[in-house]
Amino acid sequence: MKNLLRYVITRTLLTIPMLFILLTIVFVVVRIMPGDPVSSMLGGHAPQKVIDKKKEELGLNRPLIVQYGSYLLQICRLDLGDSMIFKQKVMDAIGDKLPATIELTFFGMLITLVVGVPLGAYAADKRRSAQDYGIRLYGIVIYCIPVYWLGLMLQMIFGIWLDIFPIAGRTGGHVFASTFEQTGFYVLDTLLMRDFSAFGDVLVHLVLPSVTLGLTLSGIFIRLTRANMLDVLKADYILAAEARGIGHRRVVYKHGLLNAFVPILTMMGLQVALLMAGALLTETTFSWPGIGRLLLERIYQRDYPTIQGVIVIFAIIVALVSLVVDIIYALIDPRVRY
Amino acid sequence: MHSNILEIEDLHVHFPIHIGTVRAVENVTMTIPQGDVMGLVGESGCGKSTLGFSILRLLRPPGEFAGGQIRYHGRDILQMNTKEVLDLRGKRIAMIFQDPLTSLNPLFRVGDQFVEAIQTHENGVSKKEALQRAAATLERLGIAPDRLQEYPHQMSGGMRQRIMIGMALVLNPDLLIADEPTTSLDVIVEAQFLDLLNELRKQFNLTILLISHNLGIVAQMADRITVMYGGRVVESGGAAAVFAEPRHPYTQGLLASIPNIKLDQPQLRTMPGAPPDLVHPPPGCVFHPRCAYVEGICREQIPPAFKVGDHLTACWRYG
Amino acid sequence: MISRFTRMGVKYGVEWWILVIGAVVILGVIAMALFAGSIAPYDPHDQNTGPQLAPPSSAHLMGTDNLQRDVFSRIIFGARTILGVAILAAIISSLVGISMGLISGYAGGGFDKALSLIIDSVYSFPGLILAITFAAMLGPGIISITFAVAVIYIPTYFRLVRGQTLTIKEELYVEAARAIGAPGRTILWQYIFPNVIATTVVVFTMNVGDAIMIEAALTYLGLGLPPSVVDWGMDLAMGKKFLPSGHWWLITFPGTMISLLALGFTMLGEGLAEILNPRLLER
Repeated sequence: MKNLLRYVITRTLLTIPMLFILLTIVFVVVRIMPGDPVSSMLGGHAPQKVIDKKKEELGLNRPLIVQYGSYLLQICRLDLGDSMIFKQKVMDAIGDKLPATIELTFFGMLITLVVGVPLGAYAADKRRSAQDYGIRLYGIVIYCIPVYWLGLMLQMIFGIWLDIFPIAGRTGGHVFASTFEQTGFYVLDTLLMRDFSAFGDVLVHLVLPSVTLGLTLSGIFIRLTRANMLDVLKADYILAAEARGIGHRRVVYKHGLLNAFVPILTMMGLQVALLMAGALLTETTFSWPGIGRLLLERIYQRDYPTIQGVIVIFAIIVALVSLVVDIIYALIDPRVRY
Repeated sequence: MHSNILEIEDLHVHFPIHIGTVRAVENVTMTIPQGDVMGLVGESGCGKSTLGFSILRLLRPPGEFAGGQIRYHGRDILQMNTKEVLDLRGKRIAMIFQDPLTSLNPLFRVGDQFVEAIQTHENGVSKKEALQRAAATLERLGIAPDRLQEYPHQMSGGMRQRIMIGMALVLNPDLLIADEPTTSLDVIVEAQFLDLLNELRKQFNLTILLISHNLGIVAQMADRITVMYGGRVVESGGAAAVFAEPRHPYTQGLLASIPNIKLDQPQLRTMPGAPPDLVHPPPGCVFHPRCAYVEGICREQIPPAFKVGDHLTACWRYG
Repeated sequence: MISRFTRMGVKYGVEWWILVIGAVVILGVIAMALFAGSIAPYDPHDQNTGPQLAPPSSAHLMGTDNLQRDVFSRIIFGARTILGVAILAAIISSLVGISMGLISGYAGGGFDKALSLIIDSVYSFPGLILAITFAAMLGPGIISITFAVAVIYIPTYFRLVRGQTLTIKEELYVEAARAIGAPGRTILWQYIFPNVIATTVVVFTMNVGDAIMIEAALTYLGLGLPPSVVDWGMDLAMGKKFLPSGHWWLITFPGTMISLLALGFTMLGEGLAEILNPRLLER
């Protein structure tokens, strides 16, 4: 237990430089744009006086190094500044939209795992058979279908032609917003309120977006699982377990899959980047009010503090997820802790 | 009552791969009487491990049985259904492997691996009971029961090999297949392990198939010996007889290539040539390209097993 | 020629055919882009080719859009944009990434550690979001979108080449070259570079496949290009508006082409990976 604690602390400390670098990159990128953000925000025809005044308000007339320092300090206080367009704190805008994104990615990941891991394990067990080739082909093809187009096609088929699932938003018109005030996670909120018709409505709205996101990533997980399972199934302990009379299925899916899952989990940390990119595109396609769509809307409106804030949040999420994944890894595999 | 625990007759095992068929085991016949230790020797790739795995029907894909019988107490294992084979594995016939480091699942506690083995074969045994039985078995092997709480990576190689053997014996099998059990152990641990195996053989009334390339450990343990070369049996008989009077040129070469500190050998003898290609085996006797006594017939016809004295030799010199 | 073809097929099995199919798809799209002018029945900008929003017919193989333009002709001309941007971006990022990786791995020390830490951090960040930010900051245009796509693949090449450089640097023949006084530049280009080229070819091919999806994503989001350019991603975004009214051809054809082209490059890359590096065969 002591070892585990020490591991967690070291690993957490290692996250800090990575986060620092990401925050610096965000700062630089948002400031490389040609032209003057304030002038373009004010419509491009504002008098110089007005522009200067606005700049002073926003602190944009200070030297870059000072801006950089106050930017880092702000983030340490968990403050992302104010929107340039709306009377709103950036943190509040993000706080509003973040649960929608988390809900989408959670269910998307769930579908990815449910589809990808068993298919990958099965393909490895039956390697070089017709089933194996079929599953691998599916993996490659689904990987090459852009998530936004998959979303559009599913909308077309299941939303328009068959008319089974809604194609936009998190809820239908008859569900009142007052139901959703506790956590922002609609699935949880409706359950807490025991409003089951609203709960059903929320689930129905989740189907197409999360299936879109989940299927897109399933190809990568098939590949990862299959590759790791092939390595694991060659191990002596697999043969030894079979020699002990334990059934083939149990050997493959318990002894094998659990061992293969350790490296899959580390890979999952890396796939978080793809998951977020996929979520952003899915949100746009399905008019899903998450932070990805917020980012795009504010890009169109040239609201630089909010753009910067959303990217900072993405960076923090990436760093945190890879931290959590590594800690779970240590919990599963006793070899890491010692 | 059969006095032979295992009878292998005319066994063929093939591995079809894209460049042809690997004939890993060809025409092998072997009998192990109850209570004996059978030493199966040969160089790596001669088919001895495949033969060991065949007994448990554990061929890796694309391996397949191409003929013959493996009778365990008179019943052909190759004709059994899946359930019967699973019952056989672990409970009746146990196996231990070359590398104890990799033969235990690294993610499970040793105790849990015992429990799984016991519960697989005996319905209704509680986890607690199973752990008690595991502890009792470990005690007979001189291992403290609290080791059951540990993960494999917390143990030394010798300890893990003893754990492996404990796991093999906890269900009281009557046949133990030991595939190169000491190859990964150092010399001192190897000696201790062989003593332990000899002890356990009496305690558990075991029959052992000891597969090894190391003639030294086979000489210490075996009652009978089977020598394989290129997927075929070239010589078999009582251990004492084979060691005292090896007949087949391959066996003679093997024995001559053991370094002996007692004899004043000027130079270590080695055998010329390389093991045969099992996809395209040489015609006639599979050993003829390396044989010092090769004659015309050796290149054309496969020698049958000739009985010479009290052991069998597949060589035309005795035909 | 044919017999050599089938011999490769026997030697490498399925992998060879995956490579061949991928190459055929890519060559097909390249030919389409090169001869767009003579294949396309209409000018892609012509706003008077027939009825508005007409479904596929013999006059308009893939139908028409809301501005009465011919979808088929736009698909053919659109190949130029996506291929050009994706390939150019991959070339830029490979050149930058490979040189940085070689230099960093060869130099070692604190410089290498610092650079790797920075690149690893960028690598962990979602590439698409980075590209979106760059594209948004640079404004619309072919150059800025190419740059935005190129930036996100630099870490991939850097990590790959740096890792291999670190290993190869320790090999005996490199040590020997250094011992007889070969300058750093010679060692880098004559000893280390040839060894990393095989894997980078594979990564490059897959990278183009990925860049195609990113390019289309950026233009689909309306970030990359001015409306005067013909582009599959932009056509997809426009088709999205007419999806609720059931005009399926506006999204089906551009999307199929994006997927097909990405699939072509991915299959070529897969095939190359297996054939160039048999160690990856079981992966």
